[in-house]
Amino acid sequence: MKTLLWQACVSGLLIGGVYALVALGLTLIFGVMRIINFAHGALMMLGMYATFFLYDLAGVDPYLSILLVGPAFFLVGVALERGVIEPNLGTAESNQLLLTLGVALFLENAALALFKPDYRSLRLPYATQAFLLGDAVVNVQRLIAFACSVALALALWLFLKHTDTGKAIRAAAEEHEGALLVGINVRRLYAVAFGIGSGVVAIAGSLVTPFLYVAPDVGDVFNILAFVIVVLGGMGSFVGALLGGFLVGLAESFGAALLPGSLKQLPIFVLFVLVLLFRPSGLFGRGV
Amino acid sequence: MSRLPWVAVGVAAVVLPPLASPYVVHILVLIVFFAFLGAAWNLLGGYAGQFSFGHAAFFGIGAYTSTLLLTRVGVSPWLGLLAGGLLAAAFGCFAGFLAFRYGLRGPYFALVTLAFAEMLRLVAVNWMAVGGPMGILIPLPKEGDAFWRLQFREKLPYYYVMLGLLAVALWLTRRIERSRLGYTLLAIRENEDAAEASGVNTLATKLWAMGLSSFLTALGGTFYAQYFSFIDPTLTFGVAVSVEILLRPIVGGPGTLLGPVLGSLVLTPLSELTRWLIRGRPGVDVMVYGAILVLVVTFLPRGLVGAWQAARRPRPA
Amino acid sequence: MALLEVRGLSKRFGGLAAVSRVEFDVAAGELLGIIGPNGAGKTTLFHLIAGHHRPTAGDVRFDGRTIIGLRPHAVCRLGIARTFQIVQPFPGLTVLANVMVGAFTRVREVGAAREGALRALAFVGLAAKAEHEARTLTLAERKRLEVARALATRPRVLLLDEVMAGLGPAEVATMMGLCRQLRAEGLTVLVIEHVLRAVMALSDRIVVLDHGEKIAEGPPEAVARDPRVIEAYLGSARAE
Repeated sequence: MKTLLWQACVSGLLIGGVYALVALGLTLIFGVMRIINFAHGALMMLGMYATFFLYDLAGVDPYLSILLVGPAFFLVGVALERGVIEPNLGTAESNQLLLTLGVALFLENAALALFKPDYRSLRLPYATQAFLLGDAVVNVQRLIAFACSVALALALWLFLKHTDTGKAIRAAAEEHEGALLVGINVRRLYAVAFGIGSGVVAIAGSLVTPFLYVAPDVGDVFNILAFVIVVLGGMGSFVGALLGGFLVGLAESFGAALLPGSLKQLPIFVLFVLVLLFRPSGLFGRGV
Repeated sequence: MSRLPWVAVGVAAVVLPPLASPYVVHILVLIVFFAFLGAAWNLLGGYAGQFSFGHAAFFGIGAYTSTLLLTRVGVSPWLGLLAGGLLAAAFGCFAGFLAFRYGLRGPYFALVTLAFAEMLRLVAVNWMAVGGPMGILIPLPKEGDAFWRLQFREKLPYYYVMLGLLAVALWLTRRIERSRLGYTLLAIRENEDAAEASGVNTLATKLWAMGLSSFLTALGGTFYAQYFSFIDPTLTFGVAVSVEILLRPIVGGPGTLLGPVLGSLVLTPLSELTRWLIRGRPGVDVMVYGAILVLVVTFLPRGLVGAWQAARRPRPA
Repeated sequence: MALLEVRGLSKRFGGLAAVSRVEFDVAAGELLGIIGPNGAGKTTLFHLIAGHHRPTAGDVRFDGRTIIGLRPHAVCRLGIARTFQIVQPFPGLTVLANVMVGAFTRVREVGAAREGALRALAFVGLAAKAEHEARTLTLAERKRLEVARALATRPRVLLLDEVMAGLGPAEVATMMGLCRQLRAEGLTVLVIEHVLRAVMALSDRIVVLDHGEKIAEGPPEAVARDPRVIEAYLGSARAE
């Protein structure tokens, strides 16, 4: 039993790092724009396909492809924001909800139409080994994904803390109206935030491609997980997304260890509903 | 809107289908089916302004309740309809009470409804007693049992059943529109705090909308089970179901009587057409949905009906 | 016994005391003015009375019974109606429908609600715009719409929160006339106002708040001469 729990701990933390990265992208977008991006999972899925095809067709190593996928999806995010979100910024919240849902449907099914529903997987010839940490098995690819996620999260944190754009983003997230009044170019910020959020989640996709299957619907799970994490950690909170990611990773792996089948996800949903009801501002968030 | 065209449509809807080919009747069944579900969603989403992204929860409860009652206990789906509806309404009021009591609105409400539907799906997938991931197959009826088992050999009887349900839903919506409940629902949609301050018991009113909406949606679930003779967790509780349900009233005109009907008249044949034109490419029809959703939200925020009404409205001097 | 009794009412938001041990009575038929510099806690006071916020301490009694803890709709049904500092219409509904929502607090049928709404609209002079969408109204009209909606609930006490803010001189005069008429009808009115000449002219008595505390109470002339009141207004930003 102890081994089981320790393994759950390790696995949970490893995947939690990736979850945290996914959530960071979402929370950044929400923090700045107050929009819940339903298309977040779809962008991750497309990032995975991009990584897969870069490897399959051009032999680009998935970890190197991050250098391509990241910036490419940053641009995709900017394009989406400018083209779809921006024309609708002044309208009702419910409209914006439907907008990103529409984008999600479009992207997911474009992938389905283009790539067919077949599961694909990318098998790297290296880094296939695993080693033992105590009694727990650690898969090297998952470890790399964890390490890169944490590194990227750190980079993001430094960006937010020390660059002008980053500070502007934090200002807008913390005090929305104030940022507008102070003359921060909010339009540009929105595009940048959406771009960064998209780029980050696409990179997360690249990182998991070596050990997860790639299919048009694979983004759905990450989508919901991202929502749960962001709500749990507090909408717009960097630290919340980070800690929330690890928390949810652990909850899922403990669920997998203790519950049969796909019920492993149930504790996450229960947690989600409880948080929404009793502490909707999350652990670190400001008011709803 | 002048009554006459709609009366004509109504008469045509009753009189013409027997003349159509089975495939066309099938499309008509789907149109009316989705219009009905859309009308059900509309009560909560369009009139009360509470956008649910998890109506599949009620759809699935209806489908599973009546199917289990039929296949395990031999109860007629006509009764199963009611049982499913009541169960769904109870669940809806429970979930709604939790959500509304704690002040969830807008995207948070959408997320929590999504979560509830997903939870039910997970339970259905993992619970072997209700069929698990393999679902439940409804065996064909014996001779003469068709009516009480709500299983017909032709599609036409199904069409009339669904048409009847749609008529009920529209009649109910109309009654509500012209009643105190209608005004208070719209007030909640427009400005919930102001409604509360003006004497509207927003919690109770929203729960009414939730209960009615979930009850009707469940009826659709039962119909689905009887029409297709097979249900499984994804077909009934899946996110795709929730999306299909909300799409038609949004496109047609949320908060209007005929919005869901118009939305279904446009989207259902469109989706069938797309699937037929681009055979072998699954997903294109939903891609089209996504694009339409974005376009409608951007250019026709009040849907097709809303746009038509705006064009006719007298401009104040 | 006064119609409305406020006793030791306090509200803290985290570390900030928005309202602090405020006490006063309102007699039936009175028009009570509530003034004070920005941030004095006036709107919070209305929120507490109307049930929008729960007080941290204290009590509000209406007709002798406590109303603390009741939700806003219940307070409205008891007979206390309010308007908002920033107008809150139902933008997509017609003017008539807006007011009917208020009327439905008292009646169940659409016909009766419509009648009640039309009466309220006639009172504020908006009957001609009944079929227009609320979002097409000017600010002054929206303020009157808000009063009409509150009136349609047939209140015994009306809380008016800065109904004259943002209005031009002619519109202020119209609003003042409305307030006088309300008082003449026997309604008890509490008025938060920054337009001092208006509130001085209309009120039977005035309560002055500053930093959440009551610093003066009395007839308008006495309050106007009260050194603490003058200090409070002069002490805060002169840009009033």
